Amino acid sequence: MSAAEEVVAEGHQAVEAVPKRAMTLGTTTSLVVLAALLIVPLFAKNFIIFQLTMLLIYGLAVLALNILTGGSGQFSLGQSAFYAVGAYITAVLMEQFNINYALTLPVAGVICFGFGFLFGQPALRLSGVYLALATFALATAMPQLLKLNFLEHWTGGVQGLVVTKPDAPFGLPMGQDMWLYYFTLVVVLAIYIFSVNLLRSRSGRAFMAIRDNEIAASSMGVNVALYKTLAFGVSAGITGVAGGLSAIAVQFVAPDSYNITLAISLFLGMVVGGVGWLPGSFVGAAFIIFVPNIAEGISKGLSGAVFGVLLFLVIYLVPHGARQVAIVSQQLIGKFKKN
Amino acid sequence: MELFTNQVLAGIATGAIYACMALAVVMIYQAIDHLNFAQGEMAMFSTFISWQLMQWGVPYWGAFVITLALSFVGGIAIERILFKPLAKAPILTNVAGFIALFAIINSSAGLIWDFTIKQYPTPFGSSPFLGSQLISTHQAGMIGVTLLLLIGLFFFFQYTRIGLAMRAAASLPESARLVGINTSWMIALGWGMAAAIGSIAGMLIAPVVFLEPNMMGGVLIYGFAAAVLGGLSSPFGAVVGGFLVGIFENLAGTYIPGVGNELKLPIALALIISVLVVKPAGLFGRHIVKRV
Repeated sequence: MSAAEEVVAEGHQAVEAVPKRAMTLGTTTSLVVLAALLIVPLFAKNFIIFQLTMLLIYGLAVLALNILTGGSGQFSLGQSAFYAVGAYITAVLMEQFNINYALTLPVAGVICFGFGFLFGQPALRLSGVYLALATFALATAMPQLLKLNFLEHWTGGVQGLVVTKPDAPFGLPMGQDMWLYYFTLVVVLAIYIFSVNLLRSRSGRAFMAIRDNEIAASSMGVNVALYKTLAFGVSAGITGVAGGLSAIAVQFVAPDSYNITLAISLFLGMVVGGVGWLPGSFVGAAFIIFVPNIAEGISKGLSGAVFGVLLFLVIYLVPHGARQVAIVSQQLIGKFKKN
Repeated sequence: MELFTNQVLAGIATGAIYACMALAVVMIYQAIDHLNFAQGEMAMFSTFISWQLMQWGVPYWGAFVITLALSFVGGIAIERILFKPLAKAPILTNVAGFIALFAIINSSAGLIWDFTIKQYPTPFGSSPFLGSQLISTHQAGMIGVTLLLLIGLFFFFQYTRIGLAMRAAASLPESARLVGINTSWMIALGWGMAAAIGSIAGMLIAPVVFLEPNMMGGVLIYGFAAAVLGGLSSPFGAVVGGFLVGIFENLAGTYIPGVGNELKLPIALALIISVLVVKPAGLFGRHIVKRV
């Protein structure tokens, strides 16, 4: 029923173009944030430290999605599947094979990278909503696949697996929660720096060229198929590491904790944080962790509605997410300095 | 062979549910170019309204017509109040808006009518249809209504002024504005029609899956899958897609060993993706020509 030659006008792309420089924070701001992240847990209770750890982990998963969507312009509603695979690899290696928790993370990352890279192959032919549906299918299928009978020996089936929390090494005088926080912080920082540099590199420029105009990119010699699948692989790998960290932090993996709701949360985190702005990932993660709790606090029966209204408020006020806030405040500071 | 025909028949019966939903999905996709994640919840809310009317003593068809009108107005209101301000925002922000709408409707319905499962009446009766145990008169009625709706939509879009205007506004908004079509209201109209079709789908589905705030979760996934399989630009494709998904799902459950109920959904989705890999715009969809 559509017109015979449906034409998409130029410049009408799904993901807006974000310049490379706008994707990160300035040096001063970065150092202040880092100092805060280092100092805060020393004065916080264990539960708050745990929540901060989860914030870093979710932030990492949102960052991964941001590389895929903000970087290469591909959608995914299937990040929960990669997250689940990472979590399960860590849990199984730790509990069934007695491997040190720190060593399980690279394994989770590499396997998820491969998984994502392979999934990127058929996804190459799909774009927009079709890709969203394909990844969505992956997310809905994952809990069922983890429950399969022949895997039950390792995965524990519907029951899931309990993971032991690691102690601080070398007799460091800190609790398990605090150690895990600093451990997570180091991993997240390393991956954050890697991602920033990745997006600044030749490959990052290729991602962005594909995002902005696929045909132009390919005519300039970018191997579109390779870089698109590569973006999927990198994103899945980072998500896998985040999943592994979450298995250690939560101390439990079960198939149904990695359902489509998780994938949607990660997506919301990306939108709230600002698509294509890497530091925003952590703002978005804070949104998806704390706002449901706030909503519950305001009204128990209507928590879903309150969450929805809050989300609407955020997207009305700042349709471009936390990035918009950052840009506006940067301009204000600039004006202030001039005066 | 008899098992096969029976399973296909049962598949067509469940497929009718998906076809209904897919039709609503395609309608709104035509108007606004997005998949509306809150579509199922809107349909659920409409169904609850009709149920409430019947509780107050309104006869079935009376409640049906009132609900249809209310849903149409409601759909337009949602577009005017919530989504018109977002028209210039990035697409992903709009998707977040749909998710917010989903949460709001679902939780309000839970608060107003609570989460207990309710019976919902059917106007067609539920005796076996033409002596077959697998397909009831209600399911046959559902298929009939879906087909009627499809024919009605075809004539609306093909031969009425307003239908043509809606198509023009959806495919080339700028040119449509130049010939004097109010594209902004065409979008609102699309929302209204999608909400009305959704409410029909909801009222037809409710006797099968029972009425409760989460009744649409599974159905919407299948509805999306059906719409994408058939091609998002074709209402006819959506209906065919709905029936195909229903049949796929039943046959996979019957013939592939070890599948059972749990893996039906992943397998149906996997099949759809395989189809999409071969035909990226869906079975009846049109390839979008891009200007470089």
